Amino acid sequence: MRYSALKIFTEGLTGNKGWKPVWREPEPKKEYDVIIVGGGGHGLATAYYLSNKFGVKNVAVLEKGWIGSGNVGRNTTIIRSNYMLPGNEPFYELSMKLWEGLEQDFNYNAMVSQRGILNLYHTDPQRDAYVRRGNAMLMAGADAVLLDQDQLREECPFLDFDNARFPIKGGLAQRRGGTVRHDAVAWGYARGADAKGVDIIQNCEVTGFDIENGVCRGVETSKGSIKAKKIAVCVAGSSSRVMAKAGMRLPIESHVLQAFVSEGLKPVIPGVITFGAGHFYVSQSDKGGLVFGGDIDGYNTYAQRGNLPVVEDVCEGGMAIMPMIGRARLLRSWGGIMDMSMDGSPFIDKTHIEGLHFNGGWCYGGFKATPASGYCYAHLLAKGEPHEVATEMRLDRFERGAMIDEKGVGSQPNLH
Amino acid sequence: MIINHPLLGPRDAAEFYVMGDADLINRPDPDAEGAAEAFYEYAYLRDNPAGEHRELWYHEQGDRSWLVVTRSTLTHEIMNVEMARDVALAKGRGQ
Repeated sequence: MRYSALKIFTEGLTGNKGWKPVWREPEPKKEYDVIIVGGGGHGLATAYYLSNKFGVKNVAVLEKGWIGSGNVGRNTTIIRSNYMLPGNEPFYELSMKLWEGLEQDFNYNAMVSQRGILNLYHTDPQRDAYVRRGNAMLMAGADAVLLDQDQLREECPFLDFDNARFPIKGGLAQRRGGTVRHDAVAWGYARGADAKGVDIIQNCEVTGFDIENGVCRGVETSKGSIKAKKIAVCVAGSSSRVMAKAGMRLPIESHVLQAFVSEGLKPVIPGVITFGAGHFYVSQSDKGGLVFGGDIDGYNTYAQRGNLPVVEDVCEGGMAIMPMIGRARLLRSWGGIMDMSMDGSPFIDKTHIEGLHFNGGWCYGGFKATPASGYCYAHLLAKGEPHEVATEMRLDRFERGAMIDEKGVGSQPNLH
Repeated sequence: MIINHPLLGPRDAAEFYVMGDADLINRPDPDAEGAAEAFYEYAYLRDNPAGEHRELWYHEQGDRSWLVVTRSTLTHEIMNVEMARDVALAKGRGQ
């Protein structure tokens, strides 16, 4: 069923009786060409692009809980491509271009809103660093504009420009950045994949891999054994636990990232704004709540909740740049589990086990990457070689000394 | 989280910096055969278990001691706290 304004209008006039479930609930078949483990944003995007762009038909997505129950429904919905390093920036710019055409492509309202993202700078050296980053973005085909304090005062008069400790001197803006309705991304991809015959199997936990003589031929699940020519793991947050079933140790630690939303307010924040002297980012949802977050808690955890010191730290960051939010009350806070990799960058790669593929290590930047991650993973699965913008996201890069360390802090996951 | 420091008693986790898996105490022998591979695994690969995890905590805003904290990564419950120095000495390090 194709969605359109006319469809909504006619359904409205006829009692909304014509709507159908958006995806089927099939039982697993005995065998598939490709099994995707993990029905989150990335897994569903992979299924969508495999079936819609690469012509692979016999595909299943296995999800332990319900689709979209992980980080695609727990993030702060920000999209941007303001990275710097060659191994990263072209990938995130592909993601941004896919976001821009996504709703027309999968015929679903994901509320992609290019309201812009603004990274504040507070010192002269930081300005120089942002000039360099902005130039790297422009060279990769992204957009970037450096704003001085006067321009910023016009756009965001509410910022605390004369803060004694962290005066705001200007910012690096990416106008094409913004926010997306995160759950709709999972649902839109699921609908588009299902329409091309992908079996989305929920409540189906993968309990083991069928590996013999270095070849993976299928998976053991809570719904029985399923064979497949290719198995694609895509379970960021639980990557180490799942890949341990295939005997692999990963360059990943699991950490919790907390997020927060305030009570609903009238429109006060025009786009996404980030603090340059600490870790704080904020946007305002269409319902009016301020959606914000900051650093990870810093210790290994699989619990989807954090501790109070980070709550305090995040709120201090917010107060340092926009004291007006001190009057808003916090409505909810929650946590999601991140695959923190050793260099802060992700993996989309084959493993040393034939037929077994791995996608993970997204740190706290996985949501914005969803379309490109799915596209590049589908490319790898369909063609057997990495997409041209994902050639550096390899599992063996640490062994080769080819880290993609955006922040330049070395192999310490809780510092990225 | 409250960490029961062996010398100072219960302290807020916010006073500490976390270094990660306590296996970092077991630094490979750089002169041994296959040292490059051993150091790659030491520096970059982690067990990252869901459940009991032994990890290094540094009392940055306290007495600057390193601790080995045994903690559940599922519930945040702290089961045991030792001085990292004692753990390392028991393994024959620092001789």
